[in-house]
Amino acid sequence: MENLFLTIVLAPLVGSLLAGLFGKQIGRTASHWVTISGVALSCALSFYVMKLFVMDGMASYNESVYTWLVSDGIKFEIGFLVDKLTAIMLVVVTFVSLMVHIYTIGYMHDDPGYQRFFSYIALFTFSMLMLVMANNFLQLFFGWEAVGLVSYLLIGFWYTRETAVFANLKAFLVNRVGDFGFLLGIAAVLMYTGSLDYATVFAKVPSLVGETMQVFPGTEWSVLTVMCILLFIGAMGKSAQVPLHVWLPDSMEGPTPISALIHAATMVTAGIFMVSRMSPIFELSTTALAFILFIGAVTALFMGFLGLIQHDIKRVVAYSTLSQLGYMTVALGASAYSAAIFHLMTHAFFKALLFLAAGAVIIAMHHEQDMRKMGGLRKYMPITYWTSLIGSLALIGFPGFAGFFSKDTIIEAVHAATKLDHATWVHSFAYFAVLAGVFITALYSFRMFFLVFHGKERMDDHTREHLHECKAVVTVPLILLAIPSVLAGYLLSDVVMGDYFGTAIYVAQANDVIGALAADYHGILGFLLHGVQGPAFWLAMGGLFSAWFIYMKRPSIADWFQDKFGFLHTLFENKYYMDDLFIKVFAGGGRMLGKGLWKQGDVNVIDGLIVNGSAATINWFAGVVRVVQTGYLYHYAFVMILGLLGLLSWFVWWGA
Amino acid sequence: MFADLPLLSLLIWVPIFGGLIVLAVGDKDPWGARPIALIVTVLTFLLSIPLYTGFDTGTAAMQFTETANWIEAFNIRYALGVDGISMPLIILTSVIMIIIVLAGWKVITHRVSQYMAAFLIMQGLINGVFASLDAILFYVYWEAMLIPMFLIIGIWGGPNRVYATIKFFLYTFLGSVFMLVALIYLYFKAGSFDILAFHAVQLSLQEQILIFIAFLLAFAVKVPMWPVHTWLPDAHVEAPTGGSVILAAIMLKVGGYGFLRFSLPITPDASHELDWLIIGMSLIAIAYIGFVALAQQDMKKLIAYSSIAHMGFVTLGFFISFSIFASTGSYEGSALAMEGGMVQMISHGFISAAMFLCVGVMYDRMHSRMINDYGGVVNTMPIFAAFMVFFAMANAGLPGTSGFVGEFMVILASFKANFWIAFVAATTLILGAAYTLWMVKRVLFGEVANDKVAALTDLDGREFFILGTLAFAVLLFGVWPDPLVDVMHVTIDNLLQHIAQSKL
Repeated sequence: MENLFLTIVLAPLVGSLLAGLFGKQIGRTASHWVTISGVALSCALSFYVMKLFVMDGMASYNESVYTWLVSDGIKFEIGFLVDKLTAIMLVVVTFVSLMVHIYTIGYMHDDPGYQRFFSYIALFTFSMLMLVMANNFLQLFFGWEAVGLVSYLLIGFWYTRETAVFANLKAFLVNRVGDFGFLLGIAAVLMYTGSLDYATVFAKVPSLVGETMQVFPGTEWSVLTVMCILLFIGAMGKSAQVPLHVWLPDSMEGPTPISALIHAATMVTAGIFMVSRMSPIFELSTTALAFILFIGAVTALFMGFLGLIQHDIKRVVAYSTLSQLGYMTVALGASAYSAAIFHLMTHAFFKALLFLAAGAVIIAMHHEQDMRKMGGLRKYMPITYWTSLIGSLALIGFPGFAGFFSKDTIIEAVHAATKLDHATWVHSFAYFAVLAGVFITALYSFRMFFLVFHGKERMDDHTREHLHECKAVVTVPLILLAIPSVLAGYLLSDVVMGDYFGTAIYVAQANDVIGALAADYHGILGFLLHGVQGPAFWLAMGGLFSAWFIYMKRPSIADWFQDKFGFLHTLFENKYYMDDLFIKVFAGGGRMLGKGLWKQGDVNVIDGLIVNGSAATINWFAGVVRVVQTGYLYHYAFVMILGLLGLLSWFVWWGA
Repeated sequence: MFADLPLLSLLIWVPIFGGLIVLAVGDKDPWGARPIALIVTVLTFLLSIPLYTGFDTGTAAMQFTETANWIEAFNIRYALGVDGISMPLIILTSVIMIIIVLAGWKVITHRVSQYMAAFLIMQGLINGVFASLDAILFYVYWEAMLIPMFLIIGIWGGPNRVYATIKFFLYTFLGSVFMLVALIYLYFKAGSFDILAFHAVQLSLQEQILIFIAFLLAFAVKVPMWPVHTWLPDAHVEAPTGGSVILAAIMLKVGGYGFLRFSLPITPDASHELDWLIIGMSLIAIAYIGFVALAQQDMKKLIAYSSIAHMGFVTLGFFISFSIFASTGSYEGSALAMEGGMVQMISHGFISAAMFLCVGVMYDRMHSRMINDYGGVVNTMPIFAAFMVFFAMANAGLPGTSGFVGEFMVILASFKANFWIAFVAATTLILGAAYTLWMVKRVLFGEVANDKVAALTDLDGREFFILGTLAFAVLLFGVWPDPLVDVMHVTIDNLLQHIAQSKL
């Protein structure tokens, strides 16, 4: 077993090292072959692992590989936990990664950094697999930061572009803010459970209920709430939740294949995975869950709005990703972990598809990303058109497509959560947000779809003459991703409503919304029929129709809206001024503070006043003493006589 | 077969005599000083290996001990020995020395033999500091170490070297004088200069506090801790690359070593009483210096400030145990912190050396350390850029590199002491990444900034070997730190038991 899991992890790493260190020697073709073979092997074995669980009823595997460090009696180990939650992540990560690898052959065809790119994405696959297969917090943190590193390298892949190297620094630093909380959360786990091993920690946490700690003097906070919120701050960074979302739209500076792989399908979902993995801890703090619910709801709704006004095709998809990550987070907050993971899976397929389709459009348009210069691409790129349509329908939750099942489950789960005993205004707000989000999603998705594929052909003549469908290495991954974008939804019966996850996910009795849904669940057909009667379906249809009406039928409406609600447009255009807050207040403030501390503290006070000051004082004193040492004998004699007189007087008056 | 050799004496005197030979050879011979210096450092490195392989991890007693009378009138002995604290530092020194000789291979063209000799003699003296078990012997090596360093900066340094050397010398010398007074006081109490006898001396709290402060002045300057750190950026900026490497990789560690060998075991109650002072200074080093590093325009200054911030974790790890005890009622977690501080020292030895060497590689080609003179170096030096990004990530504490291990251990342990201590310490995650990667962005990335950058040539074989060796070490201890920490366990546990017992 161990060899099987080691192979899954190490195969991409070997490919990455070969392509990265010897890329020049082995050449372009060999570089993509070694990395693709590595990832293909991982993917095949991942499906095999899935088969072992589903068909052969294998029990979960939890063993250490080697001891990283022993200190103070605490064993820090590297090891694998492979259960059904891991298995689903393995399949999603390696499958999407394989598709992206193949697609890259076409997309990066002319790029001088070809080998480097393959090395990076294979390294990413290794890191992501380490993350999802970890059986302890240390390895989780390793994978967590390693995917961050690769994301940094890939966003800045075109390193001569100023915007790209700005975006990658921003992404890394914002993620580090999240990791800051995450690391403190891990420290809390170690302090209160004495271990970083999942199994030991999960067994220990129930005994911490009721235990408190003082963060601010005089306030007693629940240890579990503090721990959960700190851990979740890590998830907010990686999974781009408000207010740590600011890096994701800028990450679109990276090449499109990695936007699909890292910034849509896999890495950004690491936070969702992490919270699901930690469900035995999070379930013990309703406060933390409410916090998660709130953050997720804000992200789901407000990031969707921003997608409405973007002109860059990739940025629309990026804001849609933010909004969908918000949905997953909402599901976590509602204790519907299995629904979150299910949406993670369907989203990975259809969002990777949408990104890769956007990439195909970008190739065809000669690296033009502005939708205002597109239009009518339908007849030039039929495969891209149809696969995009499938992706968009899945995204808006059109009945029968994968997104419908996963998103509807989340909405239903939140609805059920509003009826729980401990439900608060946060639950009601979240329900409102996810419902309103459905309309917004449909609106921006089909706005993009119509602007790109229908309507007038707004490109210049030169581009139009060269428009054609992409090569098979590009279109085949689109088709292969379109299949699960439709079919994955039908796993709902097993994955969410059935008992697929078993003990991999823990839900407290009082929070069990999925259990309530499952009790009412009568097969996939019933769910479909129920879905088309619910508000979500009609909101989606409303959004789709509005998009058609506004952008195809009466384009003047958009201008009218922009005219009448200028303030909203300005607010959206400036992304709620969050970027300004980060760049001007935090980054700028930090630099100012650094300069101030340096100039005032180090240069003026310590060096100026104390160090050079004492030197100057000694110098001055020496100068004074030098004046006294004149070298004239009579001066010295005179002073001696004065001294003698002084001593004598002292003896005469006080001595006796 | 090695067990019979007086290994520690050899580790001290082989480089010193080697240095004298190099001096004697002079610069006339075309074969020159360089190969001899290299042979001496390699030989010393080989001699240091049996220290690791023959080390008994089961005992806290001093090992490889040697004793001889030196000045009988005052009971001063030539006594050497190592434990789990000093042994890794000696091995670190012997690795770094080979790198320093190679780093100066081509660049130093002026008084080559004297340059090499200064470093070799320095190596012997540093090993003497780490291996001495007699306080006077220790003090002699401690002060003698300043002389070669003074010469290295003063002769091969930059334009403002005189200010820097005097500042460096006075700062460190001033600190050490108080230590001498403390050592003499302890001699009268213990009846000998045996450092281990000092550990057992009973002292009142007032005595302890005065002695603690005397030691603190000596060690805090060396580490350096805020606010006695301002000599370091100046010294680094003026020092030649080799000088910066030895300063950052080894010299600073001498201060950290002093806390473990003298302050904590000799004055445990004063350490307990004044731990807030050390913790406060450490946290200021981490946060305050982190911001100051952000404002630097000179790459060497930036890395120097980053060194101060990283050394903050060392002192924090060493002194957090009392606070852990105060908050949890047990010393559990203290060993994690202390070993974390030790790992941080070793790891910083490799990473800071690598960072200064990276700047050196660029300086040799461009003759500038200013960030603004660079931009887009990756276009002309891709292999170098890969190395520099790697070391920058290690400097920012990325897991998988050794830079992560020590900080991780110290942050985990300090959370037990107090949430806010861990909070401030963890800001390094953001600040460390900010100042390091912002520098990387401005220096390496972007379009080629000017003609000089366009004319850069990538690493040669020698430079590749140097950076490759360091990268290997950084990666190895990041992926598998256990062999490094394993040798420290018993020594650290013993030290903790010792300081947990009040001398009052």
